[in-house]
Amino acid sequence: MNQIPQIPISLTINGTLHELKVEPWVTLLDLLRERLLLTGTKKGCDQGQCGACTVLVDGKRVNSCLALAVSRDGAEITTIEGLAQNGELHPLQVAFIERDAFQCGYCTPGQICSAAGLLAEGHTRSRAEIREHMSGNLCRCGAYTNIADAVEDVLMPRIAAKEAAE
Amino acid sequence: MNRFEYIRPATVADAIAALNEPAARALAGGTNLVDLMKYDVAQPSRLVDINRLPLKSIEITSGGALRIGALVTNTDLAWHQDVREKWPILSSAILAGASPQLRNAATAGGNLMQRTRCYYFYDPSTACNKRQPGSGCSAIGGVNRIHAILGASDSCIAVHPSDMCVAMVALDASVEVEGPEGKRSIPMSGFHRLPGGEPERDNTLKVGELITSIIIPEPDFGAHHTYLKIRDRLSYAFALISVAAALRVDEGVIQDARIALGGVAHKPWRDFDAEKSLKGERVGTQSFTQVADFILRDAKGQGDNDFKIELARRAIVRALEQAAAGTPQDQADKSLH
Repeated sequence: MNQIPQIPISLTINGTLHELKVEPWVTLLDLLRERLLLTGTKKGCDQGQCGACTVLVDGKRVNSCLALAVSRDGAEITTIEGLAQNGELHPLQVAFIERDAFQCGYCTPGQICSAAGLLAEGHTRSRAEIREHMSGNLCRCGAYTNIADAVEDVLMPRIAAKEAAE
Repeated sequence: MNRFEYIRPATVADAIAALNEPAARALAGGTNLVDLMKYDVAQPSRLVDINRLPLKSIEITSGGALRIGALVTNTDLAWHQDVREKWPILSSAILAGASPQLRNAATAGGNLMQRTRCYYFYDPSTACNKRQPGSGCSAIGGVNRIHAILGASDSCIAVHPSDMCVAMVALDASVEVEGPEGKRSIPMSGFHRLPGGEPERDNTLKVGELITSIIIPEPDFGAHHTYLKIRDRLSYAFALISVAAALRVDEGVIQDARIALGGVAHKPWRDFDAEKSLKGERVGTQSFTQVADFILRDAKGQGDNDFKIELARRAIVRALEQAAAGTPQDQADKSLH
C-alpha cells in the first residue's frame, strides 16, 4: 500500500463538530489524545482490560482504545472534559471529590465516564450492582470502596426521586 | 498494527463480496479483532466495516423464536425485555461476560467470531499452532492453568472464552450465514469446532461468509435454569468453568435437561448423551453427580489445570441444583447458593 489512506469522518466531541481525516488504524483514544489534545481520557492497558480510556459514544460507555475512529463516523462523543456544564462540575465529579474516590487519579476520568454511563443505563439499583457494573474499571490504588460510595451518593437519590415520581 | 484496506459496505451483498478473500475480516464492535491487531496476532489485509448493515434488530418470529441480528450489541440483547422474560439464561450468561463497556461495543455475531485463545496465542514470541500452524504448542508442558480439559488435541489446548455462546448452545440456537454460495443455517453446537490437527480454524464458517442472525427457539424451562460462572476474580474475568443448566421437571422427575460448559474446551461443550441419561431420573445430588461424572469421563488435565476437572464436577452439580430449585444465579450476587 503506497499511499496512506485518509478517511474523512465527522465526530461531535463534547458538543463541537469536528471534520477530520484519519488513517483507518487510528483508535478513538489516540485521536482524542494525540490529534485533538483531549488528554483527560487516559491510555492505561490499551487493550480493553482496564477501563481508563472509557468515554461515552452516543451516550454509551465504551473502551475508546478498542474503537477504530473510522468505525465511529457520525457519533457523538463525551469525554471527561465534556461532563461539566456551564462551569458546574458533574454530580459524579463532586461526589468523587467529596468521597476521596481516587489516589493517583489515573483511572479517575474513566471511572467517572463509566459511572455516567451506568446512571444513564438505569439497570443499577444496589451496592452489589454498582460493584458489578463498575467492574470494567480497574483502580490499581485500590480506591474501590470510595468509588462505590461516590457512585452510590449520586445514584440512590436519583432512584428515590424516580420512584417518588411514579 | 499492520496496514490494511478499509471498506464500509452498505449492503450484505457488498460485504460478502468484500470478504471474499482469505485475509479479509469483518469489523463489528472490534473488541477482540482490534485487540488482536494491536499484538500483530491478527493481520487482516482488509477490514470490512459492517456496522452500517441492517442487522441490528431483535425480533420474535411467527413461531415464537428469538431472531437476533448479528450486529445487536451484547448489552441490548441482555437487557431486552423479551430476552429477560423468555430467554433469561441467555441474558444472564451475557451479563456474566466481559464488562459493561465491552458489552456496549461487542455484537452477537462478533461474540461468536472472537478467537478461541490463550496467552501464548497472544504472544508472538512463543510457538503456537493456532497463530502459526506447525510451530508447536507452548501451553502443552507450559503454564496451562486456564486451558482445556475436554476435546483438546496434541496441537492445541486453548478454550473458547464466550459466556453467551455457552447459553446459546444449551438453547439449541442456530446461526444464519450468507456467503458467495448463498444462505445456510448452522446449528450452534456445530458452529465452533475442536482443534484436531487444524487449531487455526476456530469455527466452520467459510471464506466470504457473514453471520446475519442467530435464531433461538423459545425454551420451556420456566425458572429451572441457571448460568453459573466460576472464575479467579468476582467479575470481569474469563470462566475457569461455567455451566449453563436448564431442566424440565415433573413431580421431581427430569423430563428434559440441557447442560453446556464454558472454559473447558475449544468450543462450548454440550454432551447430548449426558443430557439423555438424566431423563426419567429424580432430581437430586445423586443423579446430578452421576451426570457430572459422565460428562467428565474423558477429561484430561495438563498439569496446572488438573483442578478444573473437580471444579467442573462441582460446578455442574451446583448448577443443576440451582436449576432444580428454580434459583438461578444472579450475576451481581457473588455468593453461591
